[in-house]
Amino acid sequence: MSLLGVFRRPRYLFAAIAAGHIILISAQINSNFSGSFFGTVTFGAFAEAQRGISAVVDSATGWWRNYLALQTAFDDNMRLRQELSRTKIALQQEHSIAQQSRTFAELLGLRAQLHLATVAASVIAGSASADFRILTVDKGTTDGLGSDMAVIVPDGVVGRVIMPGIRAARVQLLVDRSAAVGAMVERTRVQGIAEGTGSNMLLSYVTAGADVVAGDVVVTSGNDGIYPKGFVIGQIESVERDAGSFGDIALRPAVDFSSVEAVLVVTTPFRSWDSEPVAGPEMQALE
Amino acid sequence: MKALWILAALAFALVLQATLARFLGGAAFLDLVLLVVVCSALRNGPVTGMLAGSAGGIIQDSLSMGLIGVGGLTKSVVGYVVGTIGQQFNVTAALSRGVLFFASSLAHVVIFAGFYVLLGLEPFGFSWTGVLSQALGNAVVGVVALYVVEVMPMIVGRRQMSKLTRY
Repeated sequence: MSLLGVFRRPRYLFAAIAAGHIILISAQINSNFSGSFFGTVTFGAFAEAQRGISAVVDSATGWWRNYLALQTAFDDNMRLRQELSRTKIALQQEHSIAQQSRTFAELLGLRAQLHLATVAASVIAGSASADFRILTVDKGTTDGLGSDMAVIVPDGVVGRVIMPGIRAARVQLLVDRSAAVGAMVERTRVQGIAEGTGSNMLLSYVTAGADVVAGDVVVTSGNDGIYPKGFVIGQIESVERDAGSFGDIALRPAVDFSSVEAVLVVTTPFRSWDSEPVAGPEMQALE
Repeated sequence: MKALWILAALAFALVLQATLARFLGGAAFLDLVLLVVVCSALRNGPVTGMLAGSAGGIIQDSLSMGLIGVGGLTKSVVGYVVGTIGQQFNVTAALSRGVLFFASSLAHVVIFAGFYVLLGLEPFGFSWTGVLSQALGNAVVGVVALYVVEVMPMIVGRRQMSKLTRY
């Protein structure tokens, strides 16, 4: 049977395609193939297409808001929301510092952890696959973005940069199945790991008997080397105790991921959060 | 020409999926790429369904953060099986098509998660509510989309015929 004949038969073709995929998957298991040239090129092309579509969609929604809705009310609202965003971020940082000061400052003499350098970015696309929770933002390596940089909004943590392209970057949301973040219950300083489930989050690896109740606010612990300490992850929704140890601790994210339009990417190197404040801090405004 | 149309449909589905996900917070109410794969499998048979699934899945993989190939292999299997069923059985009624779209969505989730479990990469938990709602959404949108795809050429043909007869 000729090669052409083989490939005309659906079963043989199916076997060949399946084998090809398995080889492709096998090649990635033992190497860092996911950041390959193919992935980079596909993402770059897709991001550019999505940038154009996002501009069209934003223009349409902007036209609707500005001309068909109340123009002045919208402008005022936007200005106030931007001011509120800045205030919320400052408040979170102050709140974090105050909380830490009350518990550890005298013992450890921790230094101030403010002045994070950030880059403002707009969301241009969601996930192309229903199985993963990611966003695409319109800033990339040319704007100073890199892998594993934390992405935040005034309400709390959004996720981390997983693939920075030249002019765009892919951000893994906290609720993604493979996302995890070092977490801490703000009230009791109990530590654990907040893990995504695809639609919500769980607080895992919490010490048995630890003081955790529904309603507790969970913040980043800063132990993972990615997220700055003290930013809000979410709130404990329910605690199911299982024979003394903790079962499922359900966590509701603080951020409504469906309404995220602009984000701040923390470009401060991780080490500087626990040591000296960054020289020449610059917090770019959301606009 | 057929291949170009399918590639264009896959590209459109990917862009639309990402645009919708932006406003829905990434919530997976639909898998538009899977819909294109199932539609092309039902209309053109198992080989086209399998190739469309392979291409669409690999591109989707490369735009996501999973292993490149897992989604491609999953959608190839779904495309091949749906195409074979479409050739063996009469699936022209809306109900039977809806059932096929629904079942293919469930099969896609199970196979996809199964591959990850087999590879021992990470625990792949999913909520059945989300899976069932996505399958239901795929079934409704899929039936309507396939109907439109089948009816559109007829409408265009009739208009052309009426124009020709007018002159």
